[in-house]
Amino acid sequence: MGNAIEIDNISKRYGKIKALDKVSFSVPEGMLYGLIGPDGAGKSTLYNILTTLQRPDSGKATVAGHDVIKGRKKIRTEVGYMPERFSLYPDLTVKENLEFFASLFGVQVSENYDMIAPVMTQLEKFPNRRASALSGGMKQKLALGCALIHRPKVLLLDEPTTGVDAISRSEFWTMLRSLKESGITILVSTSYMDEAALCEEVALIYNGKIVENGTPSELTAHLGENLYNASADQMYPLLEAVRELPGVLNSYTFGATLHLVTDATFDVASACDKLSASGLDNVKVYLAKGNIEDLFIRFCNIEDHE
Amino acid sequence: MNEKPVIEVRGLTKCFGSFTAVDNISFDVSKGEIFGFLGANGAGKTTAMKMLCGLSFPTSGTGSVAGFDINTEPEQIKRHIGYMSQKFSLYETMTVDENLRLFASIYGIPAKEARLRMDRLYRQLGMESMRRSLVRSIPTGWKQKLAFSAATIHNPAVVFLDEPTGGVDPLTRRKFWELIYRSASEGTTLFVTTHYLDEAEYCNRVSIMVDGRIEALDSPAALKARYGAETMDEVFRKVAVAKDTDKNQQGY
Repeated sequence: MGNAIEIDNISKRYGKIKALDKVSFSVPEGMLYGLIGPDGAGKSTLYNILTTLQRPDSGKATVAGHDVIKGRKKIRTEVGYMPERFSLYPDLTVKENLEFFASLFGVQVSENYDMIAPVMTQLEKFPNRRASALSGGMKQKLALGCALIHRPKVLLLDEPTTGVDAISRSEFWTMLRSLKESGITILVSTSYMDEAALCEEVALIYNGKIVENGTPSELTAHLGENLYNASADQMYPLLEAVRELPGVLNSYTFGATLHLVTDATFDVASACDKLSASGLDNVKVYLAKGNIEDLFIRFCNIEDHE
Repeated sequence: MNEKPVIEVRGLTKCFGSFTAVDNISFDVSKGEIFGFLGANGAGKTTAMKMLCGLSFPTSGTGSVAGFDINTEPEQIKRHIGYMSQKFSLYETMTVDENLRLFASIYGIPAKEARLRMDRLYRQLGMESMRRSLVRSIPTGWKQKLAFSAATIHNPAVVFLDEPTGGVDPLTRRKFWELIYRSASEGTTLFVTTHYLDEAEYCNRVSIMVDGRIEALDSPAALKARYGAETMDEVFRKVAVAKDTDKNQQGY
């Protein structure tokens, strides 16, 4: 099998700002591929180039086998795209939105309904509701339906679940997995690291460069060393206190605990003693297992200090 | 605990026609508390928040926010609270300085006093060099700090944060939460909505709304114990899924 998306040394500038700096990676056919990175890292610029809305300054990219410059008309008929901000007409109903997007691609909703049926099960009950009156989760499902109505080979999703609750996000990702099973290649960006962990491969983009890519387990394999959980009854004072401890390179909140990134000189027993002596109750410090969120923070912090 | 709660609501209800968006909710939030207000999309959070912010009258029920009655003194409430959302908080085509001055003048802070407060803020946040930059040109993390500063420039007793970290990356979200922690430790009450359930762990207490009702309200530790869950994510799924099928019938 070939690559559904190939990005080879793509650069793009806006004036003095290098939005993308020699970006290269490829997404094999039928893969669910995640793109993560802070705001302004270049994610949306990359989407604009892959959807042929912007031309790269240099480098080459293909989507579904077509060049993003020479083959742009073909790409537009063969990809489905959900942009970050706008993907539905709020004043049109559920049915009208679907029909509108189908007509853009010259297809009938009925002939391709099997494709979007799993996405539409909940929406079928109210075809005449305006998109603006749908909940966040429902809107995103409709937008996904609209992006799929012309049977695209490649699906490009730019932060599709922002503002969507945890349960609707799970449903959305179940749909993505079943689309992947049916052979569609998906490139999806997200600010939720639990979603990144559900991808087969992930690329981390920072300052216009791909700084890491691989499977989630490859990416997090080396994070286990020198990473600790810390907790106490008083969490904010604990956060301030751990920053004064010797051997702590970085510390940040992590759900019910803090994560401490340390160097080899860090000593758990003496850290606990110091924290307890400073008036904190029920101090616990123990080894943590790193995940993609830790990886993200580690990379973005290193770069910040350079 | 003899201090009066900063937010106090009893039987708050809002109906739109035959649809009950907020259904008889009651709770208190005390001074300096970080209160997480969770719920699925369409559970009624925004409608409830509008009533608490003096933007919408309840169909029935009573309550006070920052010492003012939500039924009779909505204008006073607006003056005494702060509000920030991820969707809109700042004017992108104005400078940092112009934004803060605008918010200060909206809240009726005299120019001299506003200048003092702004200088102090810039020093605390390390933003002096950015004061003449257009807001749209500054990084997200700074924008967030600025939006929070704009929402608190009049020293409100309570700040409403409506999905303040939506679409924000893991590092920037954490920096923002440290701002929330600090503000609470200085006595401000924070009322926060979020879809990032790790952030629910950072709240003193969390409520979970389902179909207009508050189905669960307690500290994260107590909620996890009650629902036999490891994380707030699990708690949320257990509480919110129970009635999810009803919501899907309605599509909101």
